[in-house]
Amino acid sequence: MEKIRTGVYICHCGLNIAGTVDVEEVARYAQTLPSVVVARDYHYMCSEPGQTLIKDDIKNLGLNRVVVASCSPRMHEPTFRRACQDAGLNPYLFEQANIREHCSWVHDDRQLATEKAKDLVRAAVRRCALHEPLEIREKPLNPDVLIVGGGIAGIQAALDIANGEHKVYLVEKQPAIGGHMAQLDRTFPTLDCSECILTPKMTEVGQHPFITLLAYSEVEEVAGSVGNFKVRVRKKARYVDEEKCTGCGICEAKCPWKVDSEFEMGLRKRGVIYIPFAQAVPHVATIDKEHCVYFQKGKCRACEKFCDAKAIDFEQKDKIIELEVGSIILTTGYDLFDPRRVPQYGYGKYANVLTALEFERMTCAAGPTGGKILLRNDGREPESVAIIHCVGSRDENYHEYCSRVCCMYALKYAHLIKELTKAEVYQMYIDMRCFGEGFEEFYRRVCDEGVNFIRGKVARVTDEARAEEEQGKLIVVVEDTLLGRVVRVPVDMVILCPALEARSDAECIAKLFTINRRADGFFLERHVKLDPVATATEGIFVAGCCEGPKDIPDAVAQASAAAAKALSVISRGRVIIEPTIANVNEVLCQACGRCEEICDFHAPKVISKNGVRVSRVDAALCKGCGACAVVCPSGAISVRHSTREQISSMIDALLQV
Amino acid sequence: MVEFEPKIIAFCCNWCTYAAADIAGTSRIHYPANVRVVRVMCSGMVDPIYILRAFEMGADGVLVAGCHETDCHYLNGPLKCDAMLEKVRSLVSTLGLEKERLRREMIAAAEAPIFARTIEEMVEQLKRLGPSPLREGVKV
Repeated sequence: MEKIRTGVYICHCGLNIAGTVDVEEVARYAQTLPSVVVARDYHYMCSEPGQTLIKDDIKNLGLNRVVVASCSPRMHEPTFRRACQDAGLNPYLFEQANIREHCSWVHDDRQLATEKAKDLVRAAVRRCALHEPLEIREKPLNPDVLIVGGGIAGIQAALDIANGEHKVYLVEKQPAIGGHMAQLDRTFPTLDCSECILTPKMTEVGQHPFITLLAYSEVEEVAGSVGNFKVRVRKKARYVDEEKCTGCGICEAKCPWKVDSEFEMGLRKRGVIYIPFAQAVPHVATIDKEHCVYFQKGKCRACEKFCDAKAIDFEQKDKIIELEVGSIILTTGYDLFDPRRVPQYGYGKYANVLTALEFERMTCAAGPTGGKILLRNDGREPESVAIIHCVGSRDENYHEYCSRVCCMYALKYAHLIKELTKAEVYQMYIDMRCFGEGFEEFYRRVCDEGVNFIRGKVARVTDEARAEEEQGKLIVVVEDTLLGRVVRVPVDMVILCPALEARSDAECIAKLFTINRRADGFFLERHVKLDPVATATEGIFVAGCCEGPKDIPDAVAQASAAAAKALSVISRGRVIIEPTIANVNEVLCQACGRCEEICDFHAPKVISKNGVRVSRVDAALCKGCGACAVVCPSGAISVRHSTREQISSMIDALLQV
Repeated sequence: MVEFEPKIIAFCCNWCTYAAADIAGTSRIHYPANVRVVRVMCSGMVDPIYILRAFEMGADGVLVAGCHETDCHYLNGPLKCDAMLEKVRSLVSTLGLEKERLRREMIAAAEAPIFARTIEEMVEQLKRLGPSPLREGVKV
């Protein structure tokens, strides 16, 4: 066996370490340790001359192990590994002792800190002796990208990638793309029409040579890992041939059965065969099987009779599509909080208590009222409107977080109500949060338009009149916290601003794609500040409201960030497989399958090798967490670079008297 | 008489608690020098052998600390760690060690003050308990 020859380098880090730790003493001590050939101390080991010191010693003294005692390995491990590699030493034969963050910066007793530094160096030297040279491996990568969710974030990400001439599959579970943004009327604070800015992008997606749009489809299974995911998609039967359908809409007009339109938030009816909205992409009809009388009772087929294109196909079946992609972007959006969960606000009980999205459809010129703000019971214009903020947001009983968009759209509503009617407008708010570009200016503009602001959380909405002016009105009861008293505000219409919450199926999606969720249910990014669109699983990214409530500009920015991440995977052209992963000693393995059971990444699999059953770890799937090694009853599995012997050697060294 | 100084081995996961300890450093949050941190990739990587080994070698206390359940870099490491500790706890008491000597914490990267406070609390508690009965030269 090759003799271990270790070089130890103690960094002063200026006075950051040397101010508290006697670095010369630590170096003298290191020199006495077994296997140590040379021990030096230096002002800044990470500097160019510091690294040269290591490189020269590797070459001149024939070092085959290097230990640097300095800052956290989370900071400079890559630096020193590179230095080793430059000098021809395998980078995994390096070990770092953290004597700054874990020692000199947190202790002030020089003697105790020096003793601790010696212990840490001793442990690092011991463990390093057990390091083995490891090789980073590479494998080819599929450049195609899957995007799940066709709202504005998914659309933006798809276009960014496809415009770089890379293949994108865009999967949307609804019959058409557009998401919530397609339902919005005007967008704050510029008041430009949502459809006008979104439709061109939707059309571009529909026609893009590098985008395959799979609308009315859902992902059912995901296997594989970064660079080589295998995805099974179910394309649900529309009972309409997408190729033949011209989108003329005669089928819907002739369909004798009507149900509430989801797109119009139930404020208008649609046919059972329908195109969700005028600008829908793809612009084809879909039969809503659940409500279709032919599917329920075997009679009707009116749509078929009137379809000149012969596109109706009652025999159509779901189609399973197998995709192979290299990276995945999740842009699955949000659900709107159901205000029935706050019964005291009277949603569902009083006709003129609306949700924001219902009001959004009402002000839309193409919407159910042709853009007129009308009371739902008698069709009059309201004389007074209350807008209640934070319904389900910033509320310990529901969601603690702020939904980030409500203050601004509430101001937009106030402006539109003032513009379209003569009504008095009341904003019942907790705090006004107007933080984006042009937001504060818009807030001032709306203030100047004579809108009333009442600072307080609304207690309840009731129709029980106590005074003459309250007759026939909805009375909003709220404590005005600026005046310090409870006020009753009689109004004709109440608009609730419900929280944006995680999709009801977010848990299933997270499981399907092996990513994590925060306590609030939204998808968890790898690092909240420094890695905001990556997830726990390599090659899977998140953008838009599935990661947390955000407005359109933020969703678009995040989508472009996720697209850039996916493009960076593509342009790397190959997958790097970390060598610090689980490894099976086939002689010891009993093929009990405990490793297979505990692994969340499906990396170990018991296979038959020449008739002998053993566990085999898929290097591309293994993340090196070591859970399998802990449960392995025969000690056959260990994680390279963190073997049982290596960790034990550190424990021994640290406790050595 | 010299005051007894307990020795603590802390197994800290790379992504959360080790990072919290780093940030304690960056923020100059001082805590007693009795602790030696062993970096592991995940709290779910901590083998029962490590804990028993540490006690056998004379540690007065062992801390196993990693991510909260929802923050795990490897999805469910903390749950696996808890399952492992469940078994180790009974072994620890069989060895005649007080249960307070083995401590489990979930400390996120942003919770540096909690890391420092945990070490302070452990040191205080272990000083009250005195040296581990397994320490060499200590009469059981």
